[in-house]
Order: sequence, then structure tokens, then C-alpha cells
Amino acid sequence: MDKTRCAIVGSGNIATDLLYKLRRSHHLDVGAVIGIDPDSDGLRRARELGVEATAEGVDWLVERADEFTILFEATSARVHRDNAPRYQSAGLQAVDLTPARVGPPVVPPVNLGVHHGAPNVNLITCGGQATVPIVHAVASVARVPYAEIVSTVASRSAGPGTRQNIDEFTKTTSTSLVELGGAEHGKAIIVLNPAEPPILMRNTVFCALADGYDEEAVTRSIRAMVDAVSTYVPGYRLKSDPVFEADVFGTPGGVVSARVVVLLEVEGAGDYLPRFAGNLDIMTASAVRVGEDLARARQEALA
Amino acid sequence: MTAPRFRLTDSTLRDGSHAVAHQFTEDQVRTVVAALDAAGVPVIEVSHGDGLGGSSFNYGFSHTNEMQLLRVAVQTARQARIAVLMLPGIGVKDDLRRACDVGASVARIATHCTEADISEQHIGLAKDLGMEAVGFLMMAHMIEPDALLEQARLMESYGADCVYVVDSAGAMTIDDARRRMAALKNGLTSQVGLHAHNNLSLAVANSLAALEEGADQIDGCTTGLGAGAGNNPTEIFIAACERTGIETGIDPLRVMDAAQDAVRPIRPDQGVIDRDGLLLGYAGVYGSFLLHAKRAAGRYGVDTKDILLELGRRRVVGGQEDMIIDVAVELARAKAAADDRADRDEDRGKEGAGEPR
Repeated sequence: MDKTRCAIVGSGNIATDLLYKLRRSHHLDVGAVIGIDPDSDGLRRARELGVEATAEGVDWLVERADEFTILFEATSARVHRDNAPRYQSAGLQAVDLTPARVGPPVVPPVNLGVHHGAPNVNLITCGGQATVPIVHAVASVARVPYAEIVSTVASRSAGPGTRQNIDEFTKTTSTSLVELGGAEHGKAIIVLNPAEPPILMRNTVFCALADGYDEEAVTRSIRAMVDAVSTYVPGYRLKSDPVFEADVFGTPGGVVSARVVVLLEVEGAGDYLPRFAGNLDIMTASAVRVGEDLARARQEALA
Repeated sequence: MTAPRFRLTDSTLRDGSHAVAHQFTEDQVRTVVAALDAAGVPVIEVSHGDGLGGSSFNYGFSHTNEMQLLRVAVQTARQARIAVLMLPGIGVKDDLRRACDVGASVARIATHCTEADISEQHIGLAKDLGMEAVGFLMMAHMIEPDALLEQARLMESYGADCVYVVDSAGAMTIDDARRRMAALKNGLTSQVGLHAHNNLSLAVANSLAALEEGADQIDGCTTGLGAGAGNNPTEIFIAACERTGIETGIDPLRVMDAAQDAVRPIRPDQGVIDRDGLLLGYAGVYGSFLLHAKRAAGRYGVDTKDILLELGRRRVVGGQEDMIIDVAVELARAKAAADDRADRDEDRGKEGAGEPR
């Protein structure tokens, strides 16, 4: 089967890591990396790999829209908001790695199938990609009145975009715990840790459990979900078995008498970004999975 | 009367929230604010212990919504201004807007000491709302004075009216506090302050040393009610200032009354530095971890001391309360494995195998 042609918009660290990953894909073929700075390291690396690299920005891509099917946006939310209407009118399907949220939020094992035809899909945040699957796993076998997540990332892996928009990170992630995860209320917390050597990305998911839950079913569901995510994010793993704690918790979703705590670690694949930056790796790895799925859906529709 | 040499912010109703597992009631807030206000305390901080929006699984759910507690504080205070704390990443800007609407007029924006650049939008918002903005550099013992100054300059550049050296782990010696305060005082044009904890029994001494270095603001908590072994006890610090000849603007006898009658009943044994409290200062661990670590120790059958020491080794920062569960689970697992080995050895002993190990 022919590979689907795609382009990467952006030439920073995320874009370059994505390029490395996409080159291994059996479904996608990277036709171009599009930046705005002719001297950028990302464009130089793309050329070295034999991929067309241009500093002429989105105009270049829109003029050649018929040569591409899917594009990955790895710039910033502001840039993507400006670009999105142009992509759509040019008939390009966008996988958005920025927090712009122009299109519906997607988490591969949770809701990707629903949005195959959407002109634009959004990857939420790294915290969302890491934790929404777990909340969804619990909520599919138990009532979850409230879910809360804590994402801790190495300071060195948090770029200026994250730092200046930390509020948007927490709000967007909180919303996704409810909208996609299936919790009745949600809260997200992000912590930056400057320890050297840098820590791996850590995520803790707390789900309030309404009475009548089945501990074994919850554990099984969580384990299956971790296996599903780790098929496309190989460094995604449980730090320990899920722990169930009994107490009286006055959550925003009401008083409950138990919670399950899921301790997760995400180690990056080290394609271009360092291994500790699991928070960035889970974004690029998820983007590849989403792009491949969209490409497959298109080919099936044509077949 | 001469003008006070510094401005005191009493954080009993914010840092003290940790000591009561965030269970403050409206009545307690009313009583404490009335007593401190009458004693002349100029600024009183009221929030969840981990700042606005801190009510959570990770940090503990509030008994009473903090906006309701703030409203009571604002209505009770006659002269004191009401401050709030917020940690970007935990609270959001909407929380700050709501607090401002309720009547808080001082916004203290806290980050880990190396992460000041996540406070830009929050300090900016505080200024836009017409609030006084204070930058709060937590766990400041972890970096050297010159590095701390760099971070403080960022907060100043975002519009902070004052930047604090925050000894969240109560790990600073007098010299540590003095050098950090001097670096900020000499390098900033904004005001500077110290927030001290008493895990090494140095909170009053460090606060007095900070004043010698030119501190403009000092934090206290009445009776010391706060995270870990507690804070700089307001009434003791004020008495010590008076004895040193430092004008405080606060009535020492009335603030002693506030401590004895309004705050002491909330937690009668406040002020005792037990082994766990001392360990925080010794191992450099975030003070608010203490009660969470004790709870996890009970739940998983491990020792609080071992949890705290491991947290210190991992260099966890404020906000990483979830690591307490992680550490407790690991310690429990290691303990179970060791017990298992011991059982097997014992069984082998019964069988008379007696092989050397």
C-alpha cells in the first residue's frame, strides 16, 4: 500500500523528534519540513536526512497542497490558530501538537476512531496524553465522581511555551479528564523539578471511586490501557500496581470512601530529544499514531 | 511612634492550614483575624496551605471553601490587608481574580526557587488587578545566593513589588539565610522578605538576621502554626524584635494574647519539634510533606523517618506530594521482600539446611 504524504510545520525540537519518528512509519512519508528560519538546526537536519526543507513558511505548503494529505503542526498555539483555516481550505488534514485546540481533542486509545474525518485534531497536552487513558480505563469499569492528575516534568524539558502558559496547560488537561476521560469532575496539576540528572516524566492519577467498584476489574482495565499506550509510547509504564486507598475524601464530585492511585513513568525513546523528556516524547509518539490512523482510515475509505 | 522597620505578614491561616490538614472553619478564621487585626498585624494571609486551588487529593481537600474563608477574613479585618498565596501549576488565574473580587489585596505568587519564569502571567495579572504582587521563591536553601538573585530578578522584572526568600524546608542556618537575603537586598530595587520555618529551631534567629540584612517584609505564624515543625512564631518574633529595639508596629502583649487565646486552642501542642519535624530541616524536605508522610507511613506500615529521608535523597520539590505514596509503596515492597527472605531463611533453618549465605 502506498504511504500517505505528510508535512511537518515547525523546525524546533519537537518537529525534529517527530521527523525522526515518522521516518520509521510504514504508513506515512514525510515530504517536507517547513520552517521560517533558514539557519535553523531542524531544517539542516531534515536536509541531511534527504527530506525537503524550506524556510518559506506555510505559503510554501499551501501552494503545494495537492502534494500532501496530512500535516503536523509543531509551532505554537498562536501560529496554528492563524494557519488552521488556510490548511482547511487547501484540503489538508491537520494533526495539531500545540495547545490551540482548533479541532477536537484526541487520545489514541480513547476516541481517535470518532474523529477520522475531522479536518483538524488536537493532541491536548503531554499530561493529557499520559493520564486521560488511565482515567478512561477506570471510568469504563467504575463510576469516577472526580479524577485528579499530577504531572511532574524535568525543568529542562519544559520550554518557554509551557512555562508562559502553565495556566492553559492545567485548564486544558483538567477539561480533558472529564470530556474524554469520563470523570464527572477533573483537576490537573503540573510541577517542574530541576533535579540533575533530570527526572523522567512522572504522572500520578487519582480517581475517586463510588461505592460498588470491583478492584480486580479496575486493575485489569488499567493494565490493559497501559499496554495499549505502550504500543505507541514504548517508555510508558506503571511504577507499581495501582493502589487502592480507603478513607473519607470530600472531593468536588462528592464524598467518596476510596480512591485508586496510579503511578506512571514515561521515558522518552531518545530519537532526537533526550530520554528524560518523556513529556515531549509522548506528544510526538502520539502524533505519529494519530497520523497513521488518519492515513489508514483514508486509504480504507478509498479502497 | 517611629515607623516600623519592616512589615509583618502573618500566615497562620495559610501556612497553618497544613498543620490542621486544611480543616479551618469560618469561626476559626473570624477569631484569628479579629485577634491579629486588633494587635496591629498589617497583613494576614488566608488560603489553602498549597495556595488558591490547592484543595485536592494530592494536598488534601479543604473543609471550607477558601473563598468563603477569605470573605470572612475580609469582613472581619478592620485595618489589616488580606493576602493570598498561589502556586502556578496548582492554582489558576481565575482563582486569583475571584480572590481579588472577594477583597484580597496582596497576591503572593510562589514557585520553586529555580522556576521563577512560570510566575510571569500571574504576577502580571496581580498588578493588572491593582493588587500588591509578591514573588515567593520556595526551597531557597537548594541554590546558592547568586543563582537565587537571578530568579528574583525575573520576578522583579514581571512587576513583583517584593521578592521573598522562602525556607520551605526549614533547612537554612543563620548564615544561609543571611547570605541569601543580602544577595537579594543588594541586587534588587524591589522590597525583599524572608519566610522561615522552625525545623532547626532557627526561625526567629534567621528572621532577625534577615532584618539586619535589610529585609523589608518578614513572615510569621502565630504560635508557629504551619507546615513541618512550624514557622517563625509571630508573637515570639515580635517580642524578640522589641527586646532588640526594632520597631514592629505590633502590640507585643496583644499578639501574645492572640497566640494564647485565639490560635493555641486550635493546636495546643504546636511548637514541639519532634524527630519528624527536625528531619525535614536536617534532610531539606518540603515542610508540608510531614502530615502526608505520617499518613502514608501508617497506611503502608513503614516508618515516617524513612519516607522523609528518601524524599530528601530524591530532591523532590514542593508540590510533589504524590511522591510520598510512591516512596511509601516502594519501601513497603522492599520490606515485604526482606520479610519474605527472612521467613525463607527461617524455614531453611528448621530444615537444618544451614547453608552459609
